Amino acid sequence: MAKSTTKKQAPSWDYSPSLESTSHITILPRYELFINNEWVKPTSKKYFKTTNPATEEVLSEIAWANDKDVDLAVKAARKAYQDVWSKTTPKERSKYIYRIARLMQEQARELSVIETLDAGKPIREARDIDVPLACNHFFYYAGWADKLEYAFPNQPMEALGVAGQIIPWNFPLLMAAWKIAPALAAGNTVVLKPAETTSLTALKLAEIIKASGLPPGVVNIVTGHGDTGAAIVNHPDINKIAFTGSTNVGKIIQRAIAGTGKKATLELGGKSANIIFDDAPIDQAVEGIINGIFFNQGHVCCAGSRLFVQENIADLVIRKLKHRMDSLYLGNPLDKNTDIGAINSKEQLTTIEKYIKIGIAEGAEIYQSACELPSKGYFCRPTIFINVAQSSTISQEEIFGPVLSIQTFRTVDEVIQKANNSPYGLAAGVWTDKGSRIFNLTTKLRAGVIWANTYNKFDPTSPFGGYKESGFGREGGLHGLGAYLKMKV
Amino acid sequence: MNRVEILKTYKIYIGGAFPRTESGRYYTPVNKTGEGIGNMCLSSRKDVRNAVTAARKAFGSWSERSAFNRGQIIYRIAEMLEGRKEQFILELQKQGSTKAEAEKEVILAIDRIVYYAGWCDKYNQVLSAVNPVSSSHFNFTTCESMGIVGVLAPQTTSLIGLVSLLIPAICSGNTAVLIASEKLPLCAITFAEVLNSSDVPGGVVNILTGNTEELLPVLASHMDVNALISESLGSLEIETAKAAVDNLKRKFTYNADWSSEKSQGLYYISDCLELKTTWHPIENIGGTTSSY
Amino acid sequence: MKVPTSFTNIPISPSVDKVGVEERVARFQSRSIKNESKRQGLDLVLSMIDLTTLEGKDTPGKVKQMCYKAHHLHDSYPNLPTVAAVCVFPSMVKTAKTALLGTSVKVASVSTAFPSGQSTRAVKLADTKFAVDEGADEIDMVISRGKFLAGEYNFVFDEIAAIKEACGKARLKVILETGELCTLDSVRKASDIAIYAGADFIKTSTGKIQPAATMQVTYTMLMAIKDYYDSTGIMIGMKPAGGISTSKLALHNLVMVKEILGNNWLNNDWFRFGASSLANDVLMQIMKLETGVYQSSDYFTID
Repeated sequence: MAKSTTKKQAPSWDYSPSLESTSHITILPRYELFINNEWVKPTSKKYFKTTNPATEEVLSEIAWANDKDVDLAVKAARKAYQDVWSKTTPKERSKYIYRIARLMQEQARELSVIETLDAGKPIREARDIDVPLACNHFFYYAGWADKLEYAFPNQPMEALGVAGQIIPWNFPLLMAAWKIAPALAAGNTVVLKPAETTSLTALKLAEIIKASGLPPGVVNIVTGHGDTGAAIVNHPDINKIAFTGSTNVGKIIQRAIAGTGKKATLELGGKSANIIFDDAPIDQAVEGIINGIFFNQGHVCCAGSRLFVQENIADLVIRKLKHRMDSLYLGNPLDKNTDIGAINSKEQLTTIEKYIKIGIAEGAEIYQSACELPSKGYFCRPTIFINVAQSSTISQEEIFGPVLSIQTFRTVDEVIQKANNSPYGLAAGVWTDKGSRIFNLTTKLRAGVIWANTYNKFDPTSPFGGYKESGFGREGGLHGLGAYLKMKV
Repeated sequence: MNRVEILKTYKIYIGGAFPRTESGRYYTPVNKTGEGIGNMCLSSRKDVRNAVTAARKAFGSWSERSAFNRGQIIYRIAEMLEGRKEQFILELQKQGSTKAEAEKEVILAIDRIVYYAGWCDKYNQVLSAVNPVSSSHFNFTTCESMGIVGVLAPQTTSLIGLVSLLIPAICSGNTAVLIASEKLPLCAITFAEVLNSSDVPGGVVNILTGNTEELLPVLASHMDVNALISESLGSLEIETAKAAVDNLKRKFTYNADWSSEKSQGLYYISDCLELKTTWHPIENIGGTTSSY
Repeated sequence: MKVPTSFTNIPISPSVDKVGVEERVARFQSRSIKNESKRQGLDLVLSMIDLTTLEGKDTPGKVKQMCYKAHHLHDSYPNLPTVAAVCVFPSMVKTAKTALLGTSVKVASVSTAFPSGQSTRAVKLADTKFAVDEGADEIDMVISRGKFLAGEYNFVFDEIAAIKEACGKARLKVILETGELCTLDSVRKASDIAIYAGADFIKTSTGKIQPAATMQVTYTMLMAIKDYYDSTGIMIGMKPAGGISTSKLALHNLVMVKEILGNNWLNNDWFRFGASSLANDVLMQIMKLETGVYQSSDYFTID
């Protein structure tokens, strides 16, 4: 029998909406500042609104801390450091952090839903990635608190004091965990500022911290905009600044603290290369490209935003990539089947759209997923640009959205040069079946995290951080402790 | 008849060669007794530029050498220095040290170089980690050299301070551009001759003499220098720290008594390293059952 | 495209990274199938089942009962689809064919010295011809795994091509017995060989070896079908068999087919489940959706 290509009438089987329930969560109409385990009204008397980027509805209003409020928080942290936390034995510190981890696990569902509402990220990611990783981070560092002497051979270490921590909006709760857990384990106290568009889960974490019985003042959470962050950076009684965000702001911070003796770790931007060789496990590589650039709407500092495909398989990879892009579901982040949620803010959407226009103007070929955009909210179709040059704007500047630029290459040396030809050095991906080539590339790529035959993997035990203008210092793992300790002299 | 002594000409050291400063300028530092100790090159910003270019060119092959080979070469520096001990002792005396102090400083410098030669193929073992991630991946963190390290040699010593900052920086595969002590520069240039005769490839270490206030801002702001190490800079601190921000140079300051045995260690090496974390899947055939 | 006539001129199979496949499969499994899409999906699953009995102790009596069940899945609830086919040994083809006369349920027969395939080409051809002559609509052959693992890909290719010829009008399903191929790289390579040698369907397993139709294996085979379709425009069917006993797993298989191959494959011409206990689980799920009450197996006939 000749092979049949006739088609039965295709039933259009599709997924019914499967919305995560919001009935079990509590979001207060207004949040104050969390200082000394109390909810304190801001002396600024100002509040700002936080919205759901998928619906543009207001979720709550949040206190806007000014210099005085930050000073209050730093004083609380200093007092807690001197009077309580530095005198708490490592063993007891450890148990407090374990408690926080457990309480977070118990409230994981609520945290996931609130993260999705406030940040616009798909519930699948909040539930399966952000929140479990955040809990696990506390678990991991809890165990370090009473074992620090094993981390630095032959070198006694001590806490720095008060750590000022400023986190971004892309992984709100996870970044809070990345900052707070190692700081506490190392014996510091904390003043943390969440990003203004995504304060809610940090404030939920404040509730958990209060419930855990952590002594007052050990963790203080001050909400606000850039001026609040600046007040933390410039506060004279802070010993350490930990910042995750743009390279631009990172440099402003670094200048502001020049000569003050404040220790800094900066986790900044990236334009990471994802490199596909012709012998790669091709379908897994395509999946790696998808995870590399469309995970969390591309709001990922280590996003694989520069794709390098060996020229002899470029057509195949692009065909497969387009097909895979068309099976991505974009829409209501609360729907369990949503792959691509909302862009975090109107501002960010404007930025991304600007870059898409630049890409088109630069003459690259654009392809976007064939999905409907919801009528409300901030959404952007997964987008790739084909035939991009190394010197194109879209292959040089960080877009921080679901936009991929694709370049081809011919030889190993060429792709190493092109991948390293960037002021950034956060991450890179390499896809090939050949072991010796993997080690050649993983050694020569100037980046802090190399994913070989995988991409965008994170773990509390795995140090994360960049080379060059992607920042300095590491977060996670044994090496992440170094950011919150100094050598005892 | 008294023999006419051949006086030494002090030049600078760039890319394995000993040019004069391109600026043609010189200065004459004086010792405690007010006696000029030599005509030193008053290097210019262009010399810094040339030194950085040489350091970048040398970086690839130096950082990719086997750790064992770097250890051999650094041990060779100690051997060559041992052989020229007397010359350094005389120079230190000329710059104001007593003979006993000078001898102690040179011996300590030699021993410190040997100490770091031994670290070359060990620091990565001590500082690296295999990280037990929860997913089916093999994950490890290793140290890599950072690139070009700018070194401002400690000002109050001519040899031991320079050795204490420079050698840990290069033993891990970085290349260096070093600005010698402005007032005590003699040993820096003689040390360059030691380097040049001890299998250290040209460009791995580049040494300039001159005015700190003139050269440091150029080095600190240079976009192709990856790290800057020095003692505390006093009045130059804030300006230098700000200049280093543009390419997010890693900047470290150390205040130590360089003549102490304690002023050496693993952590002088680790500051000028980058940590790289690599992931790779682990295929687990069968999935649920152990192969054992 | 000119169809290759020997193994040597088929495309090189891409390598497959198992960990990456597991991650991809986990994404399919995180799809949430609720309400109307669940109801539709369950009907689809029922219509795709190849109700199977392949035992040494099979008798005409057993086969007849199974055939009755095939088109009377749950008579107390009307409007249910029938299953796609019954799958039996060649000796039972005539019995099944007679029992299913006048229905749309097809009869599939295993052949080629099922399940091991350890026999001569002549025996395998005779086995196949017998089943076809008895009236089988579909032939489920096994590949020679021993030859495959010994690297004799030409042998495997030629054998499939020969059986295909012997099938005449019957559609050929090629069983790879993935549990014996062990790696996904081998599964992919065997899929490509089967497809290029003339398979109408590729099928995971005999049901006699564990693991059988894992989602990882089915995913790998679906990707082979996708790649072949992209380069030739020719559709190949897929049949995971063995180990799919719950509605949830079956629905996740449909998710995979939909997202990889598209809706055109979502019917029993192109996708089948080889299973015996799946049907009742699906029926129980359907009745739960209809009545709102959790069900008991006491109320669903086993044969």
